[in-house]
Amino acid sequence: MNAPLDHGANVVATAARHADDVDRNGRFPIEAVQALKDARLLSLLIPIEFGGGGASLADVAEICTSLGQHCASTAMIFAMHQIKASSLIAHGRGSAWHEAFMRRVADEQLLLGSATTEGGVGGNMRNSICAFERDGAIFRIAKEGALISYGAYSDAILVTARRASDAPPSDQQMAVLEKSQYRLERTGSWDALGMRGTCSEGFTFSGEAPVEQIFTHDFAEIASESMLATAHLLWSAVWFGVASDALSRAQSFVRKDARRHPNGPAPGALRLAEAANKLQLMRVNIVEGLKRFAKAQQNEDDLNSMSFAVAMNNIKIGSSQLSIEIINHALLIAGIAGYKNDTPFSVGRHMRDALSAQVMISNDRIFTNLSTLLLAQRIDQRLGD
Amino acid sequence: MLDTIRRLVDEQGRLSVAAATIGDDADLYATGLTSFAAVQLMLALEETFDIEFPDRMLNRRSFSSISAIAGCLHELKGEEAA
Ligand SMILES: Cc1cc2nc3c(=O)[nH]c(=O)nc-3n(C[C@H](O)[C@H](O)[C@H](O)COP(=O)(O)OP(=O)(O)OC[C@H]3O[C@@H](n4cnc5c(N)ncnc54)[C@H](O)[C@@H]3O)c2cc1C
Repeated sequence: MNAPLDHGANVVATAARHADDVDRNGRFPIEAVQALKDARLLSLLIPIEFGGGGASLADVAEICTSLGQHCASTAMIFAMHQIKASSLIAHGRGSAWHEAFMRRVADEQLLLGSATTEGGVGGNMRNSICAFERDGAIFRIAKEGALISYGAYSDAILVTARRASDAPPSDQQMAVLEKSQYRLERTGSWDALGMRGTCSEGFTFSGEAPVEQIFTHDFAEIASESMLATAHLLWSAVWFGVASDALSRAQSFVRKDARRHPNGPAPGALRLAEAANKLQLMRVNIVEGLKRFAKAQQNEDDLNSMSFAVAMNNIKIGSSQLSIEIINHALLIAGIAGYKNDTPFSVGRHMRDALSAQVMISNDRIFTNLSTLLLAQRIDQRLGD
Repeated sequence: MLDTIRRLVDEQGRLSVAAATIGDDADLYATGLTSFAAVQLMLALEETFDIEFPDRMLNRRSFSSISAIAGCLHELKGEEAA
Protein backbone atom coordinates (compact mmCIF):
# COMPACT_ATOMS: atom_id res chain seq x y z
CA MET A 1 0.00 0.00 0.00
CA ASN A 2 1.19 3.47 -0.81
CA ALA A 3 2.28 5.26 2.39
CA PRO A 4 0.92 8.76 1.64
CA LEU A 5 -2.41 7.31 0.60
CA ASP A 6 -2.47 5.34 3.85
CA HIS A 7 -2.05 8.53 5.86
CA GLY A 8 -4.73 10.05 3.68
CA ALA A 9 -7.31 7.56 4.95
CA ASN A 10 -7.51 9.21 8.40
CA VAL A 11 -7.81 12.63 6.85
CA VAL A 12 -10.54 11.48 4.50
CA ALA A 13 -12.51 10.04 7.43
CA THR A 14 -12.18 13.31 9.34
CA ALA A 15 -13.20 15.37 6.31
CA ALA A 16 -16.22 13.10 5.75
CA ARG A 17 -17.34 13.46 9.37
CA HIS A 18 -17.52 17.26 9.20
CA ALA A 19 -18.44 17.76 5.55
CA ASP A 20 -22.15 18.50 6.10
CA ASP A 21 -21.49 21.03 8.81
CA VAL A 22 -18.72 22.70 6.78
CA ASP A 23 -21.07 22.99 3.82
CA ARG A 24 -24.14 24.10 5.75
CA ASN A 25 -22.33 26.78 7.70
CA GLY A 26 -19.88 27.77 4.97
CA ARG A 27 -17.11 27.34 7.49
CA PHE A 28 -13.45 26.44 7.09
CA PRO A 29 -12.86 22.68 7.55
CA ILE A 30 -10.55 23.17 10.54
CA GLU A 31 -10.64 19.53 11.63
CA ALA A 32 -9.72 18.13 8.20
CA VAL A 33 -6.99 20.69 7.60
CA GLN A 34 -5.55 19.93 11.06
CA ALA A 35 -5.63 16.24 10.13
CA LEU A 36 -3.75 17.05 6.91
CA LYS A 37 -1.10 18.80 9.00
CA ASP A 38 -0.93 15.98 11.54
CA ALA A 39 -0.38 13.50 8.72
CA ARG A 40 2.27 15.85 7.27
CA LEU A 41 0.44 15.89 3.97
CA LEU A 42 0.87 19.63 3.36
CA SER A 43 4.52 18.91 2.50
CA LEU A 44 3.74 15.78 0.50
CA LEU A 45 5.10 17.20 -2.78
CA ILE A 46 8.16 18.87 -1.28
CA PRO A 47 11.38 16.98 -2.05
CA ILE A 48 12.78 14.82 0.75
CA GLU A 49 15.97 16.92 0.84
CA PHE A 50 13.85 19.84 2.04
CA GLY A 51 12.02 17.78 4.63
CA GLY A 52 8.94 16.91 2.57
CA GLY A 53 7.35 13.68 1.41
CA GLY A 54 8.91 13.68 -2.06
CA ALA A 55 5.70 12.29 -3.56
CA SER A 56 4.61 12.44 -7.17
CA LEU A 57 1.81 14.65 -8.44
CA ALA A 58 -0.13 11.46 -9.18
CA ASP A 59 -0.10 10.59 -5.44
CA VAL A 60 -1.31 14.07 -4.60
CA ALA A 61 -4.05 13.77 -7.23
CA GLU A 62 -5.15 10.45 -5.73
CA ILE A 63 -5.65 12.14 -2.34
CA CYS A 64 -7.53 15.02 -4.01
CA THR A 65 -9.89 12.45 -5.48
CA SER A 66 -10.38 10.57 -2.19
CA LEU A 67 -11.09 13.81 -0.35
CA GLY A 68 -13.35 14.99 -3.17
CA GLN A 69 -15.59 11.99 -2.62
CA HIS A 70 -16.44 13.23 0.86
CA CYS A 71 -15.69 16.92 1.26
CA ALA A 72 -15.00 18.84 -1.94
CA SER A 73 -14.05 21.96 0.01
CA THR A 74 -11.28 20.19 1.92
CA ALA A 75 -10.20 18.54 -1.33
CA MET A 76 -10.02 21.90 -3.11
CA ILE A 77 -8.11 23.53 -0.24
CA PHE A 78 -5.61 20.65 -0.33
CA ALA A 79 -5.36 20.94 -4.14
CA MET A 80 -4.83 24.71 -4.13
CA HIS A 81 -2.18 24.44 -1.43
CA GLN A 82 -0.31 21.81 -3.45
CA ILE A 83 -0.48 23.96 -6.59
CA LYS A 84 1.35 26.72 -4.70
CA ALA A 85 3.81 24.17 -3.29
CA SER A 86 4.55 22.94 -6.81
CA SER A 87 5.54 26.44 -7.91
CA LEU A 88 7.79 26.76 -4.90
CA ILE A 89 9.42 23.43 -5.73
CA ALA A 90 9.78 24.05 -9.46
CA HIS A 91 10.90 27.68 -9.28
CA GLY A 92 12.24 28.29 -5.77
CA ARG A 93 15.26 26.05 -6.11
CA GLY A 94 18.52 27.92 -6.15
CA SER A 95 17.04 30.81 -4.16
CA ALA A 96 18.20 30.69 -0.54
CA TRP A 97 15.04 32.33 0.77
CA HIS A 98 12.65 30.05 -1.12
CA GLU A 99 14.60 26.92 -0.21
CA ALA A 100 14.54 27.87 3.47
CA PHE A 101 10.83 28.64 3.19
CA MET A 102 10.18 25.24 1.60
CA ARG A 103 11.82 23.64 4.64
CA ARG A 104 9.56 25.68 6.90
CA VAL A 105 6.46 24.62 4.98
CA ALA A 106 7.49 21.05 5.77
CA ASP A 107 8.57 21.62 9.40
CA GLU A 108 5.64 23.80 10.39
CA GLN A 109 3.08 22.44 7.89
CA LEU A 110 2.29 25.94 6.63
CA LEU A 111 -0.87 26.38 4.57
CA LEU A 112 -0.28 28.30 1.31
CA GLY A 113 -2.92 30.50 -0.29
CA SER A 114 -3.06 32.08 -3.72
CA ALA A 115 -3.79 35.58 -5.00
CA THR A 116 -3.27 35.28 -8.74
CA THR A 117 -6.54 36.73 -9.98
CA GLU A 118 -7.58 40.29 -9.32
CA GLY A 119 -10.59 42.58 -9.56
CA GLY A 120 -10.68 44.10 -13.04
CA VAL A 121 -8.93 41.24 -14.83
CA GLY A 122 -11.18 38.41 -13.54
CA GLY A 123 -9.91 34.99 -14.47
CA ASN A 124 -7.22 36.36 -16.78
CA MET A 125 -4.39 35.65 -14.41
CA ARG A 126 -1.75 36.49 -17.01
CA ASN A 127 -2.54 40.18 -16.55
CA SER A 128 -2.05 42.22 -13.43
CA ILE A 129 -3.09 45.72 -12.52
CA CYS A 130 -1.13 45.87 -9.25
CA ALA A 131 2.67 46.07 -9.25
CA PHE A 132 5.63 45.27 -7.02
CA GLU A 133 6.88 48.68 -5.97
CA ARG A 134 10.49 48.35 -5.00
CA ASP A 135 11.99 50.59 -2.38
CA GLY A 136 15.61 49.60 -1.75
CA ALA A 137 15.69 46.08 -0.33
CA ILE A 138 11.95 45.82 0.18
CA PHE A 139 8.87 45.89 -2.03
CA ARG A 140 5.31 46.90 -1.41
CA ILE A 141 2.21 45.51 -3.07
CA ALA A 142 -1.52 46.23 -2.91
CA LYS A 143 -3.94 44.00 -4.81
CA GLU A 144 -7.62 44.92 -4.88
CA GLY A 145 -10.58 42.66 -5.42
CA ALA A 146 -8.65 39.44 -4.91
CA LEU A 147 -10.68 36.29 -4.28
CA ILE A 148 -8.43 34.34 -1.94
CA SER A 149 -9.64 30.90 -0.88
CA TYR A 150 -9.10 30.30 2.85
CA GLY A 151 -7.25 33.65 2.82
CA ALA A 152 -8.08 34.26 6.47
CA TYR A 153 -6.61 30.84 7.39
CA SER A 154 -3.46 30.87 5.22
CA ASP A 155 0.02 31.02 6.75
CA ALA A 156 1.47 32.53 3.58
CA ILE A 157 0.06 33.78 0.28
CA LEU A 158 1.67 33.61 -3.14
CA VAL A 159 0.73 36.77 -4.99
CA THR A 160 1.24 37.94 -8.58
CA ALA A 161 1.82 41.50 -9.78
CA ARG A 162 3.50 43.45 -12.55
CA ARG A 163 7.29 43.58 -12.28
CA ALA A 164 7.15 47.35 -11.57
CA SER A 165 4.63 50.15 -11.83
CA ASP A 166 5.83 51.02 -15.36
CA ALA A 167 5.80 47.39 -16.63
CA PRO A 168 3.14 46.12 -19.08
CA PRO A 169 0.24 44.11 -17.55
CA SER A 170 1.60 40.78 -18.81
CA ASP A 171 5.12 41.25 -17.45
CA GLN A 172 4.41 39.65 -14.09
CA GLN A 173 6.31 38.20 -11.19
CA MET A 174 5.19 36.21 -8.17
CA ALA A 175 6.19 36.62 -4.52
CA VAL A 176 5.64 34.72 -1.29
CA LEU A 177 4.40 36.81 1.61
CA GLU A 178 4.08 35.44 5.11
CA LYS A 179 1.12 36.17 7.33
CA SER A 180 3.06 38.71 9.38
CA GLN A 181 3.98 40.60 6.19
CA TYR A 182 0.50 41.22 4.77
CA ARG A 183 -2.85 42.64 5.77
CA LEU A 184 -6.17 41.35 4.44
CA GLU A 185 -9.08 43.73 4.36
CA ARG A 186 -12.28 41.77 3.71
CA THR A 187 -14.26 43.27 0.82
CA GLY A 188 -16.60 40.41 -0.03
CA SER A 189 -18.20 37.44 1.71
CA TRP A 190 -18.38 33.84 0.44
CA ASP A 191 -22.01 32.82 0.67
CA ALA A 192 -21.70 30.72 -2.49
CA LEU A 193 -23.64 27.91 -4.13
CA GLY A 194 -20.94 25.34 -3.48
CA MET A 195 -17.34 24.90 -2.36
CA ARG A 196 -18.61 26.75 0.69
CA GLY A 197 -15.88 25.55 3.02
CA THR A 198 -13.13 27.08 0.88
CA CYS A 199 -14.11 30.47 2.37
CA SER A 200 -13.04 32.19 -0.85
CA GLU A 201 -13.70 35.68 0.39
CA GLY A 202 -12.82 38.89 -1.44
CA PHE A 203 -9.95 40.90 -0.01
CA THR A 204 -7.74 43.86 -0.55
CA PHE A 205 -4.33 42.33 -0.05
CA SER A 206 -1.53 44.68 0.95
CA GLY A 207 1.90 44.02 2.29
CA GLU A 208 5.61 44.55 2.17
CA ALA A 209 8.56 42.16 2.28
CA PRO A 210 12.22 41.86 1.28
CA VAL A 211 12.71 41.66 -2.51
CA GLU A 212 14.41 38.26 -2.14
CA GLN A 213 10.91 36.82 -1.59
CA ILE A 214 10.03 37.57 -5.23
CA PHE A 215 10.69 34.53 -7.43
CA THR A 216 13.55 35.10 -9.86
CA HIS A 217 11.69 33.23 -12.61
CA ASP A 218 9.07 35.28 -14.46
CA PHE A 219 5.47 34.44 -13.60
CA ALA A 220 4.97 33.50 -17.29
CA GLU A 221 7.36 30.59 -16.73
CA ILE A 222 5.82 29.68 -13.39
CA ALA A 223 2.36 29.74 -14.96
CA SER A 224 3.23 27.54 -17.89
CA GLU A 225 5.73 25.22 -16.19
CA SER A 226 4.03 24.47 -12.88
CA MET A 227 0.82 26.33 -12.18
CA LEU A 228 -1.30 25.73 -15.28
CA ALA A 229 -0.72 22.00 -15.30
CA THR A 230 -0.92 21.31 -11.58
CA ALA A 231 -4.03 23.47 -11.20
CA HIS A 232 -5.94 21.86 -14.04
CA LEU A 233 -4.85 18.34 -13.04
CA LEU A 234 -5.48 18.64 -9.32
CA TRP A 235 -8.75 20.54 -9.70
CA SER A 236 -9.87 17.85 -12.13
CA ALA A 237 -8.86 15.17 -9.62
CA VAL A 238 -11.11 16.85 -7.04
CA TRP A 239 -14.03 17.06 -9.47
CA PHE A 240 -13.49 13.40 -10.42
CA GLY A 241 -13.87 12.53 -6.74
CA VAL A 242 -17.10 14.50 -6.51
CA ALA A 243 -18.54 12.96 -9.69
CA SER A 244 -17.49 9.40 -8.83
CA ASP A 245 -19.14 9.63 -5.40
CA ALA A 246 -22.36 10.91 -7.00
CA LEU A 247 -22.31 8.03 -9.45
CA SER A 248 -21.63 5.44 -6.80
CA ARG A 249 -24.63 6.74 -4.88
CA ALA A 250 -26.72 6.38 -8.03
CA GLN A 251 -25.41 2.86 -8.49
CA SER A 252 -26.49 1.92 -4.95
CA PHE A 253 -29.91 3.25 -5.81
CA VAL A 254 -30.12 1.12 -8.95
CA ARG A 255 -28.90 -1.98 -7.13
CA LYS A 256 -31.39 -1.51 -4.33
CA ASP A 257 -34.13 -0.99 -6.87
CA ALA A 258 -33.11 -4.08 -8.84
CA ARG A 259 -33.27 -6.23 -5.70
CA ARG A 260 -36.79 -5.03 -5.09
CA HIS A 261 -37.97 -5.40 -8.70
CA PRO A 262 -36.11 -8.42 -10.08
CA ASN A 263 -38.21 -8.53 -13.24
CA GLY A 264 -37.61 -5.16 -14.74
CA PRO A 265 -34.73 -2.77 -14.57
CA ALA A 266 -35.37 0.65 -13.11
CA PRO A 267 -35.80 3.36 -15.74
CA GLY A 268 -32.58 4.96 -14.57
CA ALA A 269 -30.46 1.83 -15.04
CA LEU A 270 -29.49 2.75 -18.59
CA ARG A 271 -28.32 6.16 -17.46
CA LEU A 272 -25.95 4.45 -15.06
CA ALA A 273 -24.21 2.77 -17.98
CA GLU A 274 -24.07 6.05 -19.86
CA ALA A 275 -22.67 7.94 -16.88
CA ALA A 276 -20.11 5.22 -16.14
CA ASN A 277 -18.89 5.76 -19.68
CA LYS A 278 -18.49 9.48 -19.02
CA LEU A 279 -16.71 8.77 -15.76
CA GLN A 280 -14.21 6.63 -17.65
CA LEU A 281 -13.60 9.46 -20.14
CA MET A 282 -13.02 11.81 -17.27
CA ARG A 283 -10.62 9.44 -15.59
CA VAL A 284 -8.46 8.69 -18.64
CA ASN A 285 -8.37 12.37 -19.45
CA ILE A 286 -6.83 13.11 -16.05
CA VAL A 287 -4.56 10.08 -15.91
CA GLU A 288 -3.22 10.79 -19.40
CA GLY A 289 -2.68 14.42 -18.38
CA LEU A 290 -0.69 13.39 -15.31
CA LYS A 291 1.52 11.24 -17.54
CA ARG A 292 1.92 13.99 -20.10
CA PHE A 293 2.95 16.42 -17.38
CA ALA A 294 5.44 14.00 -15.83
CA LYS A 295 6.99 13.52 -19.27
CA ALA A 296 7.02 17.22 -20.14
CA GLN A 297 8.81 18.00 -16.88
CA GLN A 298 11.87 16.32 -18.37
CA ASN A 299 11.80 18.71 -21.32
CA GLU A 300 11.53 22.46 -20.84
CA ASP A 301 10.58 23.15 -24.46
CA ASP A 302 7.66 20.76 -24.26
CA LEU A 303 6.58 22.28 -20.94
CA ASN A 304 6.50 25.71 -22.62
CA SER A 305 4.90 24.51 -25.85
CA MET A 306 1.48 25.41 -27.13
CA SER A 307 0.51 21.77 -27.48
CA PHE A 308 1.13 21.23 -23.78
CA ALA A 309 -0.93 24.30 -22.87
CA VAL A 310 -3.74 23.12 -25.15
CA ALA A 311 -3.70 19.67 -23.55
CA MET A 312 -3.82 20.98 -19.97
CA ASN A 313 -6.58 23.48 -20.76
CA ASN A 314 -8.59 20.73 -22.43
CA ILE A 315 -8.32 18.57 -19.33
CA LYS A 316 -9.88 21.33 -17.24
CA ILE A 317 -12.65 22.01 -19.73
CA GLY A 318 -13.38 18.31 -20.20
CA SER A 319 -13.47 17.35 -16.55
CA SER A 320 -15.47 20.40 -15.50
CA GLN A 321 -18.14 19.63 -18.10
CA LEU A 322 -18.18 15.87 -17.60
CA SER A 323 -18.46 16.13 -13.83
CA ILE A 324 -21.68 18.11 -14.14
CA GLU A 325 -23.10 15.71 -16.75
CA ILE A 326 -22.31 12.72 -14.54
CA ILE A 327 -23.83 14.27 -11.45
CA ASN A 328 -26.92 15.23 -13.44
CA HIS A 329 -27.25 11.61 -14.56
CA ALA A 330 -26.91 10.50 -10.94
CA LEU A 331 -29.75 12.87 -10.10
CA LEU A 332 -31.95 11.49 -12.87
CA ILE A 333 -31.25 7.94 -11.72
CA ALA A 334 -32.11 8.49 -8.07
CA GLY A 335 -34.90 10.99 -8.69
CA ILE A 336 -36.39 12.54 -5.58
CA ALA A 337 -34.08 10.45 -3.40
CA GLY A 338 -31.19 12.20 -5.13
CA TYR A 339 -32.80 15.61 -5.07
CA LYS A 340 -33.48 15.56 -1.33
CA ASN A 341 -30.63 16.54 0.93
CA ASP A 342 -31.17 13.93 3.62
CA THR A 343 -31.02 10.57 1.84
CA PRO A 344 -28.04 8.29 1.17
CA PHE A 345 -28.59 9.02 -2.55
CA SER A 346 -28.50 12.79 -2.25
CA VAL A 347 -26.34 14.54 -4.85
CA GLY A 348 -27.30 18.14 -4.13
CA ARG A 349 -23.98 19.11 -2.60
CA HIS A 350 -22.11 17.29 -5.36
CA MET A 351 -23.93 19.35 -7.96
CA ARG A 352 -23.41 22.63 -6.14
CA ASP A 353 -19.73 21.95 -5.58
CA ALA A 354 -19.12 20.80 -9.15
CA LEU A 355 -20.79 23.88 -10.64
CA SER A 356 -17.77 25.87 -9.47
CA ALA A 357 -15.63 24.02 -11.99
CA GLN A 358 -16.85 25.93 -15.01
CA VAL A 359 -16.47 29.37 -13.41
CA MET A 360 -13.18 28.71 -11.63
CA ILE A 361 -11.28 30.39 -14.47
CA SER A 362 -14.27 30.64 -16.75
CA ASN A 363 -14.54 27.88 -19.35
CA ASP A 364 -15.56 30.52 -21.90
CA ARG A 365 -12.36 32.39 -21.19
CA ILE A 366 -10.32 29.20 -21.62
CA PHE A 367 -12.16 28.35 -24.86
CA THR A 368 -11.30 31.81 -26.17
CA ASN A 369 -7.62 31.28 -25.31
CA LEU A 370 -7.70 27.83 -26.87
CA SER A 371 -9.20 29.13 -30.09
CA THR A 372 -6.31 31.57 -30.33
CA LEU A 373 -3.72 28.86 -29.67
CA LEU A 374 -5.38 26.70 -32.32
CA LEU A 375 -4.63 29.33 -34.96
CA ALA A 376 -1.08 28.09 -34.55
CA GLN A 377 -1.13 24.66 -32.96
CA ARG A 378 -1.90 21.76 -35.32
CA ILE A 379 -4.48 19.18 -34.30
CA ASP A 380 -2.64 16.19 -32.84
CA GLN A 381 -3.71 13.27 -35.02
CA ARG A 382 -1.63 10.57 -33.42
CA LEU A 383 -3.15 8.03 -31.07
CA GLY A 384 -0.04 7.36 -29.07
CA ASP A 385 2.99 9.40 -28.20
CA MET B 1 15.32 40.14 -42.32
CA LEU B 2 15.73 41.71 -38.86
CA ASP B 3 14.09 44.92 -40.11
CA THR B 4 11.09 43.03 -41.45
CA ILE B 5 10.78 41.13 -38.17
CA ARG B 6 10.91 44.45 -36.29
CA ARG B 7 8.16 45.88 -38.49
CA LEU B 8 5.93 42.86 -37.85
CA VAL B 9 6.69 42.98 -34.12
CA ASP B 10 5.56 46.61 -34.16
CA GLU B 11 2.37 45.76 -36.06
CA GLN B 12 1.39 42.61 -34.17
CA GLY B 13 3.29 42.48 -30.89
CA ARG B 14 1.39 45.20 -29.02
CA LEU B 15 4.53 46.04 -27.09
CA SER B 16 4.84 48.97 -24.76
CA VAL B 17 7.83 50.32 -26.74
CA ALA B 18 8.81 50.66 -30.41
CA ALA B 19 10.61 47.61 -31.80
CA ALA B 20 13.34 49.89 -33.16
CA THR B 21 14.44 50.58 -29.59
CA ILE B 22 14.67 46.89 -28.65
CA GLY B 23 17.95 44.99 -28.89
CA ASP B 24 18.09 41.79 -30.95
CA ASP B 25 18.40 39.69 -27.81
CA ALA B 26 16.06 41.63 -25.52
CA ASP B 27 13.20 39.68 -23.94
CA LEU B 28 10.03 40.51 -25.87
CA TYR B 29 7.82 39.11 -23.12
CA ALA B 30 9.25 41.68 -20.70
CA THR B 31 8.10 44.45 -23.04
CA GLY B 32 4.57 43.10 -23.07
CA LEU B 33 4.37 40.32 -25.68
CA THR B 34 1.49 38.03 -24.68
CA SER B 35 0.86 34.53 -25.97
CA PHE B 36 -2.09 35.90 -27.97
CA ALA B 37 0.07 38.56 -29.62
CA ALA B 38 2.76 35.92 -30.24
CA VAL B 39 0.22 33.91 -32.25
CA GLN B 40 -0.74 37.00 -34.30
CA LEU B 41 2.94 37.69 -34.87
CA MET B 42 3.49 34.09 -35.95
CA LEU B 43 0.67 34.32 -38.51
CA ALA B 44 2.16 37.55 -39.89
CA LEU B 45 5.63 35.98 -40.12
CA GLU B 46 4.19 32.95 -41.93
CA GLU B 47 2.42 35.21 -44.43
CA THR B 48 5.38 37.51 -45.01
CA PHE B 49 8.10 34.88 -45.27
CA ASP B 50 5.91 32.21 -46.85
CA ILE B 51 6.75 29.56 -44.29
CA GLU B 52 4.89 27.51 -41.70
CA PHE B 53 6.02 27.19 -38.12
CA PRO B 54 6.03 23.49 -37.20
CA ASP B 55 4.67 22.38 -33.82
CA ARG B 56 8.14 21.90 -32.39
CA MET B 57 8.76 25.65 -32.74
CA LEU B 58 5.51 26.65 -31.10
CA ASN B 59 6.94 27.35 -27.70
CA ARG B 60 7.79 30.38 -25.65
CA ARG B 61 11.45 30.42 -26.59
CA SER B 62 10.87 30.75 -30.34
CA PHE B 63 9.27 34.18 -29.92
CA SER B 64 11.31 35.37 -26.96
CA SER B 65 13.49 37.84 -28.92
CA ILE B 66 14.05 39.27 -32.39
CA SER B 67 17.09 37.04 -32.83
CA ALA B 68 15.21 33.94 -31.63
CA ILE B 69 12.57 34.62 -34.31
CA ALA B 70 15.31 35.15 -36.91
CA GLY B 71 16.88 31.85 -35.80
CA CYS B 72 13.60 30.01 -36.44
CA LEU B 73 13.19 31.68 -39.85
CA HIS B 74 16.76 30.80 -40.87
CA GLU B 75 16.17 27.21 -39.88
CA LEU B 76 12.89 27.03 -41.81
CA LYS B 77 14.26 28.80 -44.89
CA GLY B 78 17.34 26.56 -44.73
CA GLU B 79 15.17 23.45 -44.63
CA GLU B 80 13.32 24.71 -47.68
CA ALA B 81 16.55 25.31 -49.60
CA ALA B 82 17.93 21.89 -48.71
C1 LIG C 1 -14.08 27.97 -5.59
C2 LIG C 1 -13.21 29.06 -6.15
C3 LIG C 1 -12.03 29.35 -5.50
C4 LIG C 1 -11.19 30.36 -5.98
N1 LIG C 1 -10.02 30.62 -5.30
C5 LIG C 1 -9.17 31.57 -5.77
C6 LIG C 1 -7.95 31.84 -5.08
O1 LIG C 1 -7.63 31.24 -4.05
N2 LIG C 1 -7.13 32.78 -5.59
C7 LIG C 1 -7.42 33.46 -6.72
O2 LIG C 1 -6.61 34.28 -7.13
N3 LIG C 1 -8.59 33.24 -7.39
C8 LIG C 1 -9.47 32.32 -6.93
N4 LIG C 1 -10.67 32.10 -7.59
C9 LIG C 1 -11.10 33.05 -8.61
C10 LIG C 1 -10.84 32.58 -9.96
O3 LIG C 1 -9.49 32.36 -10.04
C11 LIG C 1 -11.32 33.59 -11.01
O4 LIG C 1 -10.98 34.88 -10.71
C12 LIG C 1 -12.76 33.52 -11.18
O5 LIG C 1 -13.22 32.22 -11.07
C13 LIG C 1 -13.17 34.15 -12.49
O6 LIG C 1 -13.95 35.18 -12.11
P1 LIG C 1 -15.08 35.85 -12.98
O7 LIG C 1 -16.02 34.85 -13.53
O8 LIG C 1 -15.66 36.92 -12.13
O9 LIG C 1 -14.25 36.61 -14.10
P2 LIG C 1 -14.01 36.40 -15.61
O10 LIG C 1 -13.07 35.31 -15.90
O11 LIG C 1 -13.60 37.75 -16.08
O12 LIG C 1 -15.42 36.03 -16.23
C14 LIG C 1 -16.60 36.84 -16.11
C15 LIG C 1 -17.57 36.52 -17.21
O13 LIG C 1 -17.06 37.02 -18.43
C16 LIG C 1 -16.93 36.02 -19.38
N5 LIG C 1 -15.60 36.20 -20.03
C17 LIG C 1 -14.53 36.83 -19.52
N6 LIG C 1 -13.51 36.81 -20.38
C18 LIG C 1 -13.93 36.16 -21.45
C19 LIG C 1 -13.32 35.83 -22.67
N7 LIG C 1 -12.06 36.17 -22.94
N8 LIG C 1 -14.06 35.14 -23.55
C20 LIG C 1 -15.33 34.79 -23.28
N9 LIG C 1 -15.95 35.09 -22.16
C21 LIG C 1 -15.27 35.77 -21.25
C22 LIG C 1 -17.00 34.70 -18.61
O14 LIG C 1 -17.61 33.70 -19.35
C23 LIG C 1 -17.83 35.06 -17.43
O15 LIG C 1 -19.18 34.88 -17.71
C24 LIG C 1 -11.54 31.09 -7.15
C25 LIG C 1 -12.73 30.79 -7.82
C26 LIG C 1 -13.57 29.78 -7.34
C27 LIG C 1 -14.84 29.47 -8.06
